[in-house]
Amino acid sequence: MKLSTRHLLGIKDLNKEDIGLILSTAEQFKEVLQRPVKKVPSLRDITIVNLFYENSTRTRMSFELAERRLSADVLNFAASSSSAAKGETLLDTVNNILSMKVDMVVMRHSASGAPHFLAKHIPAAIVNAGDGINEHPTQALLDAFSMKEKTGRLEGLKVAIIGDIMHSRVALSNIYLLGKMGAEVTIAGPPTLIPKYLTEAFDVRVEYSVKKALQWCDVANVLRIQLERQNQPLFSSLREYNIAYGINRRLLESLNKEIVIMHPGPINRGVELDSDVADGPSSIILNQVENGVAVRMAALYLLADREN
Amino acid sequence: MQKTTAANSSSFLFLHRFLYFSAKLKVLKSILTEQQVALSIKRLAHQVYENHLNLENTVLIGIQPRGIYVSDRIVEELKKITGEANIKYGKLDITFYRDDVRKSLHVANKTDIPFSIEKQNVVIIDDVLWTGRTIRSALDALLDFGRPAKVELCVLIDRRFSRELPIHADYTGTAIDTFPSQKVIVKWKEKGEKDEVVLM
Repeated sequence: MKLSTRHLLGIKDLNKEDIGLILSTAEQFKEVLQRPVKKVPSLRDITIVNLFYENSTRTRMSFELAERRLSADVLNFAASSSSAAKGETLLDTVNNILSMKVDMVVMRHSASGAPHFLAKHIPAAIVNAGDGINEHPTQALLDAFSMKEKTGRLEGLKVAIIGDIMHSRVALSNIYLLGKMGAEVTIAGPPTLIPKYLTEAFDVRVEYSVKKALQWCDVANVLRIQLERQNQPLFSSLREYNIAYGINRRLLESLNKEIVIMHPGPINRGVELDSDVADGPSSIILNQVENGVAVRMAALYLLADREN
Repeated sequence: MQKTTAANSSSFLFLHRFLYFSAKLKVLKSILTEQQVALSIKRLAHQVYENHLNLENTVLIGIQPRGIYVSDRIVEELKKITGEANIKYGKLDITFYRDDVRKSLHVANKTDIPFSIEKQNVVIIDDVLWTGRTIRSALDALLDFGRPAKVELCVLIDRRFSRELPIHADYTGTAIDTFPSQKVIVKWKEKGEKDEVVLM
């Protein structure tokens, strides 16, 4: 059994078996992370470069930890402190790194499709750690892993994705993945942040009332408002967004049912999530971060180059 | 005198030919019948008990996936013999420690060792000991859980003279001679067949 793809560019390219294999392998790695020695020698002959053209805390640290836990050699690259600032092109940078005998590239870039472009031009395996507003596959995988761990299933699970859908690569990867695994998806938020084409391209419901979406769902994946990607005002103010679309304790209690709250981080406290929810008993936000390492270990382990 | 040597060499030749062709033709040769498997397991359990009269500091570890069929049975048997219900029994998956991880992809199974193995006497249990590479991986994996006082190996089938590493079994169900091209198939009733070991 192996993955049907050489790179992890997006959930779009994976089939149901691939996703199942990554999630079941992640379960075994999660157990590894509970051991006294939280490290296995699987990738000790592999060198991985983390190529981050965009800022990141969780994802970069999570990838780096996953790589080290697999015994891989790790190189870190941050665009802001590198020759990219002198105008070196992406392809030149990567080719220079690869000539130092690097086997895998984990990359984040603000341009959608940047990892797909690289995959066409270089021989190394590429893992997309977020490209523009396109996909963030490992986030969707760790979200699915956390949902499955918490609720016991993905098939038939009702998931609401709430917030800035338009600028969210997490939303798109989640929609792909949940659809492939047989979960039901509702997207909710202000009409200006929900692209019209989504309902045509995917089997998702759209809800403009956050309360109705919460009432319907088993799991709410709340997304960050990405002000850095909004070139024009799409809602009047953060305070107004919080009043109309933010989630707080009172709103959760009015539902008369238990739902699971997730967030890919970083949280804008007091905007999409209030602190009493983010730190409350329904939140599995920190479990998501913990599971991220195991899921990324699984993806890297399964993608590492093999002789046949 | 000469006659006997000739007879010996011709019978050796015959045996060699027989093994060679049965290996070629994929003829199934029974090694252990259902009854013999049950008796071997019983004997292995007694032998382990003989050396570990005080089971308090003994830990049994089955190797995933196929060693578990043997270890489950040995642990059951040990419970019957000793009357001790709380035998420390864990399952170890060695996938991430394999030396052929670059050759092909192996799907990982569950590891479940819910106790410390620090200063314990560990008995590793597997179905077939062949090249010794699985056990090498198992030793590496095991040491990530602590420093055992002693590690022993218990196998149902020992394919003699085919080791690629200096590893031997302390408890053996049956030792057999095989060609590298042959396969030892261990069937279990959990998989819908009766317990049996055959050589193909």
